[in-house]
Amino acid sequence: MTDPAWIDAALTAARPQALAALLRYFRDLDTAEEAFQEACLRALQAWPRNGPPRDPRAWLILVGRNAALDGVRRRARQDPLPPEETLSDTGDAEAPLAEMLDQTHYRDDVLRLLFMCCHPDLPATQQIALALRIVSGLSVTQIARAFLVGEAAMEQRITRAKARVARGNLGFETPGAVERSERLAAVAAMIYLLFNEGYSAGDGSARTELCGEAIRLARLLLRLFQAEPEVMGLTALMLLQHSRAAARFDAAGEIVLLEDQDRACWDHKLIAEGLALIDKAMRHRQPGPYQIQAAIAALHARAARPADTDWAGIDLLYAALEQLQPSPVVTLNRAVAVAKVRGTEAALAMIEPLAPRLSGYFHFFGVRGAFLLQLGRKEAARVAFDQAIALANTPAEAAHIRRHLDRLMRDAAAAPG
Amino acid sequence: MQYAILCYHDEDVVWSWTKEQDQAVMGRLAIVQDRLTKAGRLGPSLRLLPTTAATTLRKTQDPPLVIDGPFAETKEQLLGFYVVDVANLEEALDIARELAAANPGGAYELRPVAVYFPDRRGTAG
Repeated sequence: MTDPAWIDAALTAARPQALAALLRYFRDLDTAEEAFQEACLRALQAWPRNGPPRDPRAWLILVGRNAALDGVRRRARQDPLPPEETLSDTGDAEAPLAEMLDQTHYRDDVLRLLFMCCHPDLPATQQIALALRIVSGLSVTQIARAFLVGEAAMEQRITRAKARVARGNLGFETPGAVERSERLAAVAAMIYLLFNEGYSAGDGSARTELCGEAIRLARLLLRLFQAEPEVMGLTALMLLQHSRAAARFDAAGEIVLLEDQDRACWDHKLIAEGLALIDKAMRHRQPGPYQIQAAIAALHARAARPADTDWAGIDLLYAALEQLQPSPVVTLNRAVAVAKVRGTEAALAMIEPLAPRLSGYFHFFGVRGAFLLQLGRKEAARVAFDQAIALANTPAEAAHIRRHLDRLMRDAAAAPG
Repeated sequence: MQYAILCYHDEDVVWSWTKEQDQAVMGRLAIVQDRLTKAGRLGPSLRLLPTTAATTLRKTQDPPLVIDGPFAETKEQLLGFYVVDVANLEEALDIARELAAANPGGAYELRPVAVYFPDRRGTAG
Protein backbone atom coordinates (compact mmCIF):
# COMPACT_ATOMS: atom_id res chain seq x y z
CA MET A 1 0.00 0.00 0.00
CA THR A 2 2.96 2.31 0.34
CA ASP A 3 4.58 1.76 -3.03
CA PRO A 4 5.63 4.97 -4.79
CA ALA A 5 2.71 4.86 -7.23
CA TRP A 6 0.19 4.77 -4.40
CA ILE A 7 1.89 7.63 -2.54
CA ASP A 8 2.01 9.65 -5.75
CA ALA A 9 -1.72 9.11 -6.34
CA ALA A 10 -2.54 9.99 -2.73
CA LEU A 11 -0.49 13.20 -2.87
CA THR A 12 -2.15 14.23 -6.14
CA ALA A 13 -5.61 13.53 -4.75
CA ALA A 14 -4.89 15.42 -1.52
CA ARG A 15 -3.29 18.43 -3.17
CA PRO A 16 -6.27 20.76 -3.81
CA GLN A 17 -7.67 20.49 -0.30
CA ALA A 18 -4.33 20.46 1.53
CA LEU A 19 -2.93 23.39 -0.42
CA ALA A 20 -6.18 25.32 -0.06
CA ALA A 21 -6.13 24.89 3.73
CA LEU A 22 -2.48 25.97 3.87
CA LEU A 23 -3.35 29.02 1.80
CA ARG A 24 -5.94 29.99 4.39
CA TYR A 25 -3.37 29.67 7.19
CA PHE A 26 -0.61 31.60 5.50
CA ARG A 27 -2.61 33.87 3.18
CA ASP A 28 0.26 33.71 0.76
CA LEU A 29 0.42 31.40 -2.21
CA ASP A 30 4.21 30.96 -2.28
CA THR A 31 4.38 30.08 1.41
CA ALA A 32 1.46 27.68 1.06
CA GLU A 33 3.05 25.98 -1.96
CA GLU A 34 6.41 25.66 -0.20
CA ALA A 35 4.69 24.22 2.88
CA PHE A 36 2.82 21.66 0.75
CA GLN A 37 6.01 20.77 -1.12
CA GLU A 38 7.85 20.21 2.16
CA ALA A 39 4.98 18.07 3.48
CA CYS A 40 5.11 15.95 0.32
CA LEU A 41 8.84 15.41 0.70
CA ARG A 42 8.34 14.28 4.27
CA ALA A 43 5.46 12.03 3.21
CA LEU A 44 7.76 10.29 0.73
CA GLN A 45 10.13 9.54 3.63
CA ALA A 46 7.61 8.80 6.37
CA TRP A 47 4.80 6.90 4.63
CA PRO A 48 6.84 3.95 3.32
CA ARG A 49 8.30 3.59 6.83
CA ASN A 50 5.19 4.13 8.97
CA GLY A 51 2.45 3.18 6.57
CA PRO A 52 -0.01 5.66 5.07
CA PRO A 53 -1.78 7.96 7.53
CA ARG A 54 -5.49 7.50 8.08
CA ASP A 55 -6.25 10.90 6.61
CA PRO A 56 -3.53 11.92 4.12
CA ARG A 57 -5.00 15.42 3.70
CA ALA A 58 -4.98 16.19 7.41
CA TRP A 59 -1.45 14.76 7.70
CA LEU A 60 -0.16 16.94 4.86
CA ILE A 61 -1.84 20.06 6.26
CA LEU A 62 -0.47 19.48 9.74
CA VAL A 63 3.05 18.64 8.63
CA GLY A 64 3.07 21.39 6.01
CA ARG A 65 1.90 23.98 8.48
CA ASN A 66 4.45 22.96 11.09
CA ALA A 67 7.26 22.88 8.56
CA ALA A 68 6.45 26.38 7.36
CA LEU A 69 6.06 27.76 10.87
CA ASP A 70 9.33 26.08 11.76
CA GLY A 71 10.99 27.88 8.87
CA VAL A 72 9.53 31.21 9.92
CA ARG A 73 10.72 30.72 13.49
CA ARG A 74 14.16 29.59 12.46
CA ARG A 75 14.49 32.69 10.43
CA ALA A 76 13.36 34.67 13.49
CA ARG A 77 16.05 32.85 15.55
CA GLN A 78 13.55 31.37 17.89
CA ASP A 79 13.33 27.86 19.20
CA PRO A 80 12.37 25.36 16.51
CA LEU A 81 9.29 23.20 16.85
CA PRO A 82 9.77 19.54 17.75
CA PRO A 83 10.76 17.38 14.77
CA GLU A 84 7.87 16.31 12.58
CA GLU A 85 8.34 12.62 13.54
CA THR A 86 7.12 13.28 17.05
CA LEU A 87 3.96 14.72 15.60
CA SER A 88 3.28 12.25 12.83
CA ASP A 89 4.24 9.09 14.70
CA THR A 90 1.79 9.64 17.49
CA GLY A 91 -1.03 8.46 15.26
CA ASP A 92 -3.84 10.26 16.97
CA ALA A 93 -2.28 13.68 16.59
CA GLU A 94 -4.13 13.93 13.27
CA ALA A 95 -7.54 13.25 14.75
CA PRO A 96 -8.30 16.62 16.34
CA LEU A 97 -7.08 18.45 13.25
CA ALA A 98 -9.16 16.22 11.00
CA GLU A 99 -12.21 17.13 13.04
CA MET A 100 -11.32 20.78 12.90
CA LEU A 101 -11.12 20.70 9.11
CA ASP A 102 -14.75 20.03 8.60
CA GLN A 103 -16.37 20.07 5.23
CA THR A 104 -17.52 23.70 5.42
CA HIS A 105 -13.96 24.95 5.72
CA TYR A 106 -12.67 22.66 3.03
CA ARG A 107 -15.25 23.79 0.52
CA ASP A 108 -14.59 27.49 0.79
CA ASP A 109 -10.84 26.86 0.90
CA VAL A 110 -10.86 24.85 -2.31
CA LEU A 111 -13.26 27.26 -3.97
CA ARG A 112 -10.97 30.17 -3.03
CA LEU A 113 -7.94 28.38 -4.47
CA LEU A 114 -9.77 27.71 -7.75
CA PHE A 115 -11.24 31.19 -7.83
CA MET A 116 -7.77 32.73 -7.48
CA CYS A 117 -6.94 31.28 -10.88
CA CYS A 118 -10.01 32.93 -12.46
CA HIS A 119 -8.69 36.46 -12.08
CA PRO A 120 -10.61 38.57 -14.62
CA ASP A 121 -7.42 40.31 -15.81
CA LEU A 122 -5.94 36.98 -16.89
CA PRO A 123 -6.68 35.68 -20.39
CA ALA A 124 -8.45 32.32 -20.43
CA THR A 125 -5.40 30.27 -21.34
CA GLN A 126 -3.44 31.76 -18.44
CA GLN A 127 -6.26 31.00 -16.02
CA ILE A 128 -6.16 27.39 -17.13
CA ALA A 129 -2.37 27.17 -17.00
CA LEU A 130 -2.38 28.62 -13.50
CA ALA A 131 -5.06 26.20 -12.30
CA LEU A 132 -3.13 23.25 -13.74
CA ARG A 133 0.03 24.40 -11.98
CA ILE A 134 -1.45 25.42 -8.63
CA VAL A 135 -4.53 23.26 -8.13
CA SER A 136 -3.68 20.14 -10.10
CA GLY A 137 0.04 20.30 -9.39
CA LEU A 138 1.08 19.54 -12.97
CA SER A 139 4.69 20.37 -13.75
CA VAL A 140 5.53 23.29 -16.04
CA THR A 141 6.88 20.72 -18.51
CA GLN A 142 3.55 18.87 -18.59
CA ILE A 143 1.58 22.09 -19.03
CA ALA A 144 3.90 23.38 -21.76
CA ARG A 145 3.48 20.09 -23.62
CA ALA A 146 -0.29 20.30 -23.33
CA PHE A 147 -0.35 23.84 -24.71
CA LEU A 148 2.26 23.12 -27.40
CA VAL A 149 4.55 25.92 -26.24
CA GLY A 150 8.15 25.95 -25.01
CA GLU A 151 8.86 25.26 -21.38
CA ALA A 152 10.59 28.60 -20.76
CA ALA A 153 7.68 30.51 -22.28
CA MET A 154 5.20 28.62 -20.13
CA GLU A 155 7.30 29.12 -17.00
CA GLN A 156 7.33 32.84 -17.65
CA ARG A 157 3.61 32.91 -18.35
CA ILE A 158 2.78 31.12 -15.12
CA THR A 159 5.14 33.28 -13.06
CA ARG A 160 3.51 36.43 -14.43
CA ALA A 161 0.01 35.10 -13.86
CA LYS A 162 0.93 34.17 -10.30
CA ALA A 163 2.33 37.61 -9.60
CA ARG A 164 -0.85 39.19 -10.88
CA VAL A 165 -2.99 36.90 -8.76
CA ALA A 166 -0.85 37.61 -5.68
CA ARG A 167 -1.43 41.35 -6.08
CA GLY A 168 -5.17 40.77 -6.24
CA ASN A 169 -7.08 41.34 -3.06
CA LEU A 170 -8.67 37.99 -2.40
CA GLY A 171 -10.97 37.84 0.61
CA PHE A 172 -10.00 35.21 3.17
CA GLU A 173 -13.13 35.57 5.25
CA THR A 174 -15.94 33.07 4.65
CA PRO A 175 -17.80 34.27 1.54
CA GLY A 176 -21.47 35.20 1.66
CA ALA A 177 -24.07 33.33 -0.38
CA VAL A 178 -23.98 35.73 -3.34
CA GLU A 179 -20.20 35.89 -3.45
CA ARG A 180 -19.99 32.12 -3.15
CA SER A 181 -22.30 31.59 -6.12
CA GLU A 182 -20.35 34.15 -8.18
CA ARG A 183 -17.14 32.31 -7.37
CA LEU A 184 -18.74 28.99 -8.28
CA ALA A 185 -19.85 30.34 -11.66
CA ALA A 186 -16.37 31.69 -12.46
CA VAL A 187 -14.72 28.45 -11.40
CA ALA A 188 -17.20 26.34 -13.39
CA ALA A 189 -16.44 28.41 -16.50
CA MET A 190 -12.70 27.96 -15.97
CA ILE A 191 -13.07 24.18 -15.55
CA TYR A 192 -15.12 24.00 -18.76
CA LEU A 193 -12.46 26.02 -20.61
CA LEU A 194 -9.89 23.54 -19.37
CA PHE A 195 -12.04 20.67 -20.65
CA ASN A 196 -12.49 22.27 -24.05
CA GLU A 197 -8.78 22.89 -24.35
CA GLY A 198 -8.40 19.11 -24.20
CA TYR A 199 -11.55 18.24 -26.15
CA SER A 200 -10.67 20.38 -29.16
CA ALA A 201 -7.32 18.64 -29.53
CA GLY A 202 -7.06 15.57 -31.70
CA ASP A 203 -7.11 12.13 -30.15
CA GLY A 204 -3.84 10.89 -28.65
CA SER A 205 -2.25 14.29 -28.09
CA ALA A 206 -1.07 15.30 -24.62
CA ARG A 207 -3.85 17.86 -24.51
CA THR A 208 -6.61 15.24 -24.27
CA GLU A 209 -5.38 14.52 -20.71
CA LEU A 210 -6.77 17.93 -19.81
CA CYS A 211 -10.29 16.49 -20.19
CA GLY A 212 -9.61 13.98 -17.44
CA GLU A 213 -8.16 16.69 -15.22
CA ALA A 214 -11.19 18.94 -15.77
CA ILE A 215 -13.49 16.07 -14.80
CA ARG A 216 -11.42 15.41 -11.68
CA LEU A 217 -11.74 19.07 -10.61
CA ALA A 218 -15.47 19.05 -11.34
CA ARG A 219 -16.00 15.94 -9.22
CA LEU A 220 -14.04 17.63 -6.44
CA LEU A 221 -16.21 20.74 -6.71
CA LEU A 222 -19.36 18.62 -6.76
CA ARG A 223 -18.32 16.70 -3.65
CA LEU A 224 -17.94 20.02 -1.85
CA PHE A 225 -21.12 21.61 -3.26
CA GLN A 226 -23.43 18.63 -3.48
CA ALA A 227 -26.70 20.43 -4.10
CA GLU A 228 -25.67 22.80 -6.93
CA PRO A 229 -27.55 21.78 -10.09
CA GLU A 230 -25.22 23.71 -12.42
CA VAL A 231 -22.16 21.97 -10.99
CA MET A 232 -23.96 18.66 -11.58
CA GLY A 233 -24.79 19.85 -15.10
CA LEU A 234 -21.21 20.85 -15.86
CA THR A 235 -19.84 17.53 -14.57
CA ALA A 236 -22.47 15.57 -16.51
CA LEU A 237 -21.76 17.56 -19.69
CA MET A 238 -18.03 16.83 -19.55
CA LEU A 239 -18.54 13.16 -18.67
CA LEU A 240 -20.95 12.65 -21.57
CA GLN A 241 -18.73 14.46 -24.07
CA HIS A 242 -15.63 12.65 -22.86
CA SER A 243 -17.43 9.28 -23.07
CA ARG A 244 -17.11 9.55 -26.87
CA ALA A 245 -13.35 10.21 -26.85
CA ALA A 246 -12.37 6.82 -28.27
CA ALA A 247 -14.91 7.09 -31.12
CA ARG A 248 -14.41 10.73 -32.21
CA PHE A 249 -11.37 10.09 -34.40
CA ASP A 250 -10.57 7.26 -36.79
CA ALA A 251 -7.29 5.37 -37.04
CA ALA A 252 -5.91 8.09 -39.34
CA GLY A 253 -6.75 10.77 -36.78
CA GLU A 254 -9.67 12.13 -38.78
CA ILE A 255 -12.93 13.34 -37.26
CA VAL A 256 -15.80 10.86 -37.11
CA LEU A 257 -19.18 12.60 -36.89
CA LEU A 258 -21.52 11.68 -34.05
CA GLU A 259 -23.87 9.71 -36.30
CA ASP A 260 -21.00 7.71 -37.82
CA GLN A 261 -19.34 6.85 -34.51
CA ASP A 262 -19.11 3.27 -33.30
CA ARG A 263 -21.30 3.52 -30.22
CA ALA A 264 -19.75 0.36 -28.77
CA CYS A 265 -16.58 2.43 -28.32
CA TRP A 266 -18.35 4.96 -26.11
CA ASP A 267 -17.34 4.72 -22.44
CA HIS A 268 -20.49 3.44 -20.77
CA LYS A 269 -19.18 4.00 -17.24
CA LEU A 270 -18.82 7.72 -17.98
CA ILE A 271 -22.25 7.76 -19.65
CA ALA A 272 -23.90 6.11 -16.62
CA GLU A 273 -22.30 8.66 -14.31
CA GLY A 274 -23.30 11.57 -16.57
CA LEU A 275 -26.89 10.38 -16.87
CA ALA A 276 -27.19 9.93 -13.10
CA LEU A 277 -25.92 13.49 -12.59
CA ILE A 278 -28.24 15.11 -15.10
CA ASP A 279 -31.18 13.21 -13.54
CA LYS A 280 -30.14 14.58 -10.15
CA ALA A 281 -29.77 18.11 -11.48
CA MET A 282 -33.18 18.17 -13.18
CA ARG A 283 -34.92 17.35 -9.92
CA HIS A 284 -33.98 20.85 -8.75
CA ARG A 285 -36.01 22.53 -11.51
CA GLN A 286 -33.47 25.35 -11.83
CA PRO A 287 -32.34 24.99 -15.43
CA GLY A 288 -29.01 26.52 -16.45
CA PRO A 289 -26.78 26.45 -19.54
CA TYR A 290 -24.63 23.53 -18.36
CA GLN A 291 -27.65 21.44 -17.43
CA ILE A 292 -29.32 22.05 -20.79
CA GLN A 293 -26.18 21.22 -22.74
CA ALA A 294 -25.75 18.10 -20.62
CA ALA A 295 -29.39 17.14 -21.27
CA ILE A 296 -28.71 17.43 -25.01
CA ALA A 297 -25.60 15.25 -24.68
CA ALA A 298 -27.69 12.81 -22.61
CA LEU A 299 -30.27 12.43 -25.41
CA HIS A 300 -27.43 11.50 -27.78
CA ALA A 301 -25.96 9.11 -25.19
CA ARG A 302 -29.30 7.39 -24.61
CA ALA A 303 -29.79 6.60 -28.32
CA ALA A 304 -28.52 3.07 -29.03
CA ARG A 305 -28.45 3.85 -32.78
CA PRO A 306 -28.32 7.28 -34.52
CA ALA A 307 -31.86 6.67 -35.82
CA ASP A 308 -33.12 6.42 -32.22
CA THR A 309 -32.00 9.98 -31.41
CA ASP A 310 -34.75 12.17 -29.97
CA TRP A 311 -34.16 15.12 -32.32
CA ALA A 312 -37.41 16.84 -31.35
CA GLY A 313 -36.25 16.79 -27.72
CA ILE A 314 -32.87 18.17 -28.76
CA ASP A 315 -34.57 20.94 -30.75
CA LEU A 316 -36.61 21.91 -27.66
CA LEU A 317 -33.55 21.91 -25.43
CA TYR A 318 -31.63 24.14 -27.85
CA ALA A 319 -34.65 26.46 -27.94
CA ALA A 320 -34.46 26.67 -24.14
CA LEU A 321 -30.72 27.35 -24.35
CA GLU A 322 -31.33 30.11 -26.93
CA GLN A 323 -33.71 31.76 -24.44
CA LEU A 324 -31.26 31.49 -21.57
CA GLN A 325 -28.07 32.30 -23.43
CA PRO A 326 -28.80 33.75 -26.88
CA SER A 327 -25.88 33.18 -29.25
CA PRO A 328 -25.52 32.54 -32.98
CA VAL A 329 -23.50 29.41 -32.19
CA VAL A 330 -26.41 27.97 -30.20
CA THR A 331 -28.77 28.73 -33.11
CA LEU A 332 -26.33 27.03 -35.48
CA ASN A 333 -26.34 23.92 -33.32
CA ARG A 334 -30.09 24.02 -33.08
CA ALA A 335 -30.32 24.10 -36.87
CA VAL A 336 -28.76 20.62 -37.03
CA ALA A 337 -31.66 19.30 -34.93
CA VAL A 338 -34.16 21.35 -36.95
CA ALA A 339 -32.85 19.76 -40.15
CA LYS A 340 -33.78 16.34 -38.75
CA VAL A 341 -37.18 17.41 -37.43
CA ARG A 342 -38.45 19.94 -40.00
CA GLY A 343 -36.17 19.39 -42.96
CA THR A 344 -32.97 20.83 -44.38
CA GLU A 345 -34.70 23.73 -46.15
CA ALA A 346 -36.03 25.08 -42.84
CA ALA A 347 -32.64 24.57 -41.19
CA LEU A 348 -30.80 26.44 -43.96
CA ALA A 349 -33.25 29.33 -43.70
CA MET A 350 -32.56 29.41 -39.98
CA ILE A 351 -28.78 29.79 -40.32
CA GLU A 352 -28.63 32.22 -43.29
CA PRO A 353 -29.24 35.27 -41.04
CA LEU A 354 -26.29 34.19 -38.86
CA ALA A 355 -23.79 34.69 -41.70
CA PRO A 356 -22.62 38.21 -40.75
CA ARG A 357 -21.91 37.20 -37.16
CA LEU A 358 -20.35 33.82 -37.92
CA SER A 359 -18.27 34.80 -40.96
CA GLY A 360 -15.10 33.71 -39.12
CA TYR A 361 -16.44 30.48 -37.68
CA PHE A 362 -15.33 27.16 -39.12
CA HIS A 363 -18.42 25.21 -38.06
CA PHE A 364 -20.80 27.69 -39.67
CA PHE A 365 -19.42 26.94 -43.13
CA GLY A 366 -19.13 23.22 -42.39
CA VAL A 367 -22.80 23.00 -41.40
CA ARG A 368 -23.89 25.30 -44.24
CA GLY A 369 -21.96 23.20 -46.76
CA ALA A 370 -23.53 19.99 -45.44
CA PHE A 371 -27.04 21.47 -45.68
CA LEU A 372 -26.45 22.73 -49.23
CA LEU A 373 -25.08 19.34 -50.22
CA GLN A 374 -28.18 17.61 -48.82
CA LEU A 375 -30.29 19.97 -50.95
CA GLY A 376 -28.26 19.09 -54.05
CA ARG A 377 -26.78 22.60 -54.42
CA LYS A 378 -23.29 21.27 -55.09
CA GLU A 379 -21.57 24.43 -56.31
CA ALA A 380 -22.76 26.48 -53.34
CA ALA A 381 -21.74 23.60 -51.05
CA ARG A 382 -18.24 23.58 -52.56
CA VAL A 383 -17.85 27.29 -51.88
CA ALA A 384 -18.95 26.83 -48.25
CA PHE A 385 -16.55 23.93 -47.73
CA ASP A 386 -13.69 25.99 -49.21
CA GLN A 387 -14.45 28.73 -46.69
CA ALA A 388 -14.57 26.16 -43.88
CA ILE A 389 -11.13 24.80 -44.76
CA ALA A 390 -9.69 28.29 -44.70
CA LEU A 391 -11.01 28.68 -41.15
CA ALA A 392 -10.17 25.21 -39.79
CA ASN A 393 -8.57 25.26 -36.35
CA THR A 394 -6.91 21.86 -36.50
CA PRO A 395 -5.55 19.63 -39.27
CA ALA A 396 -8.28 17.09 -38.38
CA GLU A 397 -11.01 19.68 -39.05
CA ALA A 398 -9.48 20.61 -42.39
CA ALA A 399 -9.10 16.95 -43.39
CA HIS A 400 -12.71 16.27 -42.51
CA ILE A 401 -14.00 19.01 -44.81
CA ARG A 402 -11.54 18.03 -47.51
CA ARG A 403 -13.17 14.59 -47.65
CA HIS A 404 -16.51 16.25 -48.42
CA LEU A 405 -14.84 18.30 -51.14
CA ASP A 406 -13.08 15.29 -52.65
CA ARG A 407 -16.41 13.51 -52.87
CA LEU A 408 -17.94 16.54 -54.59
CA MET A 409 -15.08 16.68 -57.08
CA ARG A 410 -15.38 12.95 -57.80
CA ASP A 411 -19.12 13.30 -58.34
CA ALA A 412 -18.54 16.26 -60.67
CA ALA A 413 -15.90 14.35 -62.66
CA ALA A 414 -18.17 11.32 -62.95
CA ALA A 415 -21.16 13.39 -64.04
CA PRO A 416 -21.92 13.07 -67.76
CA GLY A 417 -21.12 16.00 -70.04
CA MET B 1 -22.75 -19.75 4.42
CA GLN B 2 -22.51 -16.62 2.33
CA TYR B 3 -20.40 -13.55 2.97
CA ALA B 4 -20.67 -10.14 1.37
CA ILE B 5 -17.29 -8.42 0.94
CA LEU B 6 -17.71 -4.64 0.93
CA CYS B 7 -14.98 -2.58 -0.72
CA TYR B 8 -13.77 0.71 0.79
CA HIS B 9 -11.09 3.04 -0.53
CA ASP B 10 -10.41 6.75 -1.12
CA GLU B 11 -12.43 7.54 -4.25
CA ASP B 12 -10.32 10.63 -4.98
CA VAL B 13 -7.40 8.29 -5.45
CA VAL B 14 -9.23 5.47 -7.25
CA TRP B 15 -11.02 7.72 -9.74
CA SER B 16 -7.73 9.52 -10.46
CA TRP B 17 -6.09 6.31 -11.62
CA THR B 18 -4.99 6.42 -15.23
CA LYS B 19 -6.58 3.93 -17.59
CA GLU B 20 -3.40 1.83 -17.36
CA GLN B 21 -3.39 1.83 -13.55
CA ASP B 22 -7.08 0.96 -13.48
CA GLN B 23 -6.62 -1.87 -15.96
CA ALA B 24 -3.65 -3.22 -14.01
CA VAL B 25 -5.72 -3.44 -10.81
CA MET B 26 -8.71 -4.92 -12.64
CA GLY B 27 -6.38 -7.45 -14.29
CA ARG B 28 -5.01 -8.59 -10.93
CA LEU B 29 -8.54 -8.83 -9.51
CA ALA B 30 -9.71 -10.81 -12.53
CA ILE B 31 -7.18 -13.55 -11.75
CA VAL B 32 -8.64 -13.97 -8.25
CA GLN B 33 -12.18 -13.75 -9.57
CA ASP B 34 -11.55 -16.36 -12.27
CA ARG B 35 -10.27 -18.80 -9.68
CA LEU B 36 -13.34 -18.20 -7.49
CA THR B 37 -15.64 -18.55 -10.51
CA LYS B 38 -14.09 -21.89 -11.45
CA ALA B 39 -14.58 -23.09 -7.89
CA GLY B 40 -18.24 -22.03 -8.10
CA ARG B 41 -17.87 -19.62 -5.19
CA LEU B 42 -18.35 -16.16 -6.70
CA GLY B 43 -21.80 -14.59 -6.48
CA PRO B 44 -22.74 -11.24 -8.06
CA SER B 45 -20.16 -8.47 -7.84
CA LEU B 46 -20.23 -4.87 -8.89
CA ARG B 47 -18.32 -1.63 -9.02
CA LEU B 48 -20.06 1.60 -8.03
CA LEU B 49 -19.74 5.02 -9.64
CA PRO B 50 -18.37 7.88 -7.45
CA THR B 51 -20.39 9.18 -4.50
CA THR B 52 -20.87 12.46 -6.39
CA ALA B 53 -23.42 10.57 -8.53
CA ALA B 54 -25.32 9.41 -5.42
CA THR B 55 -28.72 10.52 -4.14
CA THR B 56 -29.96 9.71 -0.65
CA LEU B 57 -33.53 9.04 0.47
CA ARG B 58 -33.85 9.86 4.16
CA LYS B 59 -36.75 7.79 5.45
CA THR B 60 -36.80 9.02 9.03
CA GLN B 61 -39.69 11.27 8.02
CA ASP B 62 -42.88 10.88 6.02
CA PRO B 63 -42.77 11.52 3.13
CA PRO B 64 -39.08 10.62 2.90
CA LEU B 65 -36.65 13.40 1.98
CA VAL B 66 -34.46 13.31 -1.14
CA ILE B 67 -30.94 14.68 -0.54
CA ASP B 68 -28.10 15.14 -3.03
CA GLY B 69 -24.98 13.17 -2.30
CA PRO B 70 -24.09 9.99 -0.45
CA PHE B 71 -25.30 8.79 2.94
CA ALA B 72 -22.91 10.58 5.26
CA GLU B 73 -23.98 9.75 8.82
CA THR B 74 -21.96 7.37 10.93
CA LYS B 75 -24.46 6.36 13.58
CA GLU B 76 -26.27 3.99 11.22
CA GLN B 77 -24.69 0.87 9.76
CA LEU B 78 -24.86 -0.74 6.35
CA LEU B 79 -27.41 -3.54 6.69
CA GLY B 80 -28.04 -4.66 3.14
CA PHE B 81 -28.51 -3.60 -0.44
CA TYR B 82 -30.57 -4.09 -3.61
CA VAL B 83 -29.62 -3.95 -7.26
CA VAL B 84 -32.52 -2.68 -9.41
CA ASP B 85 -32.88 -2.23 -13.17
CA VAL B 86 -34.36 1.18 -14.00
CA ALA B 87 -34.43 3.72 -16.84
CA ASN B 88 -33.48 6.70 -14.68
CA LEU B 89 -33.08 8.13 -11.19
CA GLU B 90 -36.82 8.82 -10.81
CA GLU B 91 -37.65 5.15 -11.27
CA ALA B 92 -34.98 4.17 -8.75
CA LEU B 93 -36.44 6.70 -6.28
CA ASP B 94 -39.94 5.29 -6.83
CA ILE B 95 -38.70 1.84 -5.85
CA ALA B 96 -36.82 3.25 -2.87
CA ARG B 97 -39.97 5.06 -1.72
CA GLU B 98 -41.95 1.83 -1.95
CA LEU B 99 -39.35 0.04 0.14
CA ALA B 100 -39.30 2.98 2.56
CA ALA B 101 -43.04 2.70 3.08
CA ALA B 102 -42.58 -0.94 4.03
CA ASN B 103 -39.61 -0.20 6.27
CA PRO B 104 -39.36 3.39 7.54
CA GLY B 105 -36.34 4.70 9.48
CA GLY B 106 -32.75 5.09 8.37
CA ALA B 107 -31.92 5.90 4.74
CA TYR B 108 -31.32 4.48 1.31
CA GLU B 109 -28.38 5.66 -0.74
CA LEU B 110 -28.99 5.33 -4.49
CA ARG B 111 -25.75 4.95 -6.37
CA PRO B 112 -25.44 4.15 -10.08
CA VAL B 113 -23.47 1.01 -10.90
CA ALA B 114 -20.39 1.23 -13.11
CA VAL B 115 -19.85 -2.46 -13.83
CA TYR B 116 -22.06 -5.40 -12.87
CA PHE B 117 -21.08 -9.06 -12.96
CA PRO B 118 -24.02 -11.43 -12.41
CA ASP B 119 -23.91 -14.48 -10.17
CA ARG B 120 -21.25 -16.81 -11.56
CA ARG B 121 -21.79 -19.72 -9.23
CA GLY B 122 -23.94 -21.67 -11.68
CA THR B 123 -21.30 -21.46 -14.42
CA ALA B 124 -18.70 -23.72 -12.77
CA GLY B 125 -18.05 -26.88 -14.80
